Amino acid sequence: MDIVLGIRLKDATLIATSKAFTRGISILKDSDDKTLNLNKKNVIAITGESGDTINFAEYIKGNVQLKGLREGHEMESDEIASFVRHELARSLRSRSPYQVNLLVAGVNDKEEGFLSMIDYIGTRCDLPYAAHGYAAFYTMSLLDHHYREDISLDDGLKLLKLCEEELNKRMPMDFKGLNVKIVDKEGIKVIDF
Amino acid sequence: MSVNDIISKYSYKSNLDKELLDYNKEISFNGLPNTINNNSINSLSPNISIPPISQPTDFLRAHTDDETNPDCSIKIAHGTTTLAFRFQGGIIVAVDSRATAGNWIASQTVKKVIEINPMLLGTMAGGAADCQYWETWLGTQCRLHELRNKQRITVAAASKILSNLVYQYKGMGLSMGTMVCGCTPKEGPTIYYVDSDGTRLKGDLFCVGSGQTFAYGVLDSNYKWDLSVEDALYLGKRSILAAAHRDAYSGGSINLFHITEEGWTFHGNYDVGPLFWEIKEKEGSFNNVKG
Repeated sequence: MDIVLGIRLKDATLIATSKAFTRGISILKDSDDKTLNLNKKNVIAITGESGDTINFAEYIKGNVQLKGLREGHEMESDEIASFVRHELARSLRSRSPYQVNLLVAGVNDKEEGFLSMIDYIGTRCDLPYAAHGYAAFYTMSLLDHHYREDISLDDGLKLLKLCEEELNKRMPMDFKGLNVKIVDKEGIKVIDF
Repeated sequence: MSVNDIISKYSYKSNLDKELLDYNKEISFNGLPNTINNNSINSLSPNISIPPISQPTDFLRAHTDDETNPDCSIKIAHGTTTLAFRFQGGIIVAVDSRATAGNWIASQTVKKVIEINPMLLGTMAGGAADCQYWETWLGTQCRLHELRNKQRITVAAASKILSNLVYQYKGMGLSMGTMVCGCTPKEGPTIYYVDSDGTRLKGDLFCVGSGQTFAYGVLDSNYKWDLSVEDALYLGKRSILAAAHRDAYSGGSINLFHITEEGWTFHGNYDVGPLFWEIKEKEGSFNNVKG
C-alpha cells in the first residue's frame, strides 16, 4: 500500500512518497524516505519487496555515480531510465529477480521535466504523471481531469495536495503523509508539504 | 561395485577431494574398518547438503511452517517480544525470555539480548539459531573493523554489515528480526532495526516479535524523550510485562539493559510471575485478573 506519485512540469518534476514503513500489522516508522538522489538532477522513488527496494536503489545509484565519474559528465534522465529498465529486465530473467517498481524523476539537458515509470517486469513508460500501486486508482482520475502540459510549480503542488487529500479521505490505511521532492535545474529540494 | 562407487569413480573431483580420497585409502590399508573411514573422512570435504528437489526453500517451508501444517516435522522457535527505545539518557533495551516451538514452551530462560561487544547490543526475535550465530559473527566483524581502522565501528556500519549479510541469504529461510543498538561519539545513541528480508531502518523506538503490538500499546502511550533513566527502565520492563501477559508466545522473565556513552549495563532479570502481582498491586492495573 505504499504510495509513489510523480508529476512532470514544464521545467521541473515533482515526486511524492508515503512516509509510513509498514511490516505485518505494524507501522514501524512514520518518517521513512522511499526516494534516493542519483545525481544532481535525478532522483528515483522505489516501492516493492522490502530489502530489495533499498538494495536495488543503492545499486543503481552506485552505477550512475560511477558512469558520471568515468565519462566526465553526469547521466541524463532518459539514460538512467533505460539503464534501470535494462537492469530490471536482466534481473527478471535470473533466479531471484528484484521485485521493485519505481519512478525516475529529473530534468534533462534541455531543462525540461522528465518522469518515467518502470515496473518489476521491465515495462517502461515516460509519462506526464504517474503512480504505482493503489494510489493510482485514486489519483489518476484527478490528474486526468486537472493536469495541463504547461502547469506552473505552484499549480503542480496544488494538484499534489488535491491528490493527498483524496488519498487521506479514501485509502483505508494511514500512510503518515507525503515526502515531496522537487527536481529542477537548480537541483533536488525536499519541501515541507 | 555399487552405483555410488561408480559415480564417485567417474565424476569430477576437486584437488581436495582427491587428496582426501588418497588419505582415505592410506588409512584403510592400516587395517581400520573401511566403512567408518569412508564416511567420516569424506565428510571433511566441503559440501552443502541440499534436498534433491527444485525449490529447497519451498521444501523448508513445507517442513517448518506450523501455521499451515500443524504436523510439520521441524518446529522453529518464533514467538518473542523485544523492544528498544532512545531517550534523553541513552537507550533502553528490554526483552522477554520465552522460546516456543509450536505450542510447546521450549525454554523460559533464553538470553535474547546478544552482547555483540562492550558497546553494542543485538536483540533476538525469530529463529534463535540464526540470530545467535549471525550476531556473534557480527561481533567478530566489528572487532576486525576496529583492528583495521583503529577506531570503533559505528552502529550504522555494523547494522549495514548484518543487513548485507542477511540480504545475501534472502529467500533461503533465514528468520530474524533484530535491533542493533549502541552509542558512538559520532552518532550518539542509535538504534537500527534489521530483519531477514533485508530491511534496515534507523529509528527512536522499535518493538519486534509476536508481542510487538502489546508492547507498542504501553510504550507509545507513556513514552517521552525527557524520561529519567529510572522511569525509562520501568517503562521498558512494564511494556514487556504487558506483552508477556497477553501474548501466549512471550513470557518467562524480563531482561533489562541500559546503554550510554560508556557502553551497556545490565539492569537485572525479573521473573514475570512475581513481577506481575507486584506491579498489579502497585499500579492498581490488570483489573481483568482477580488477585
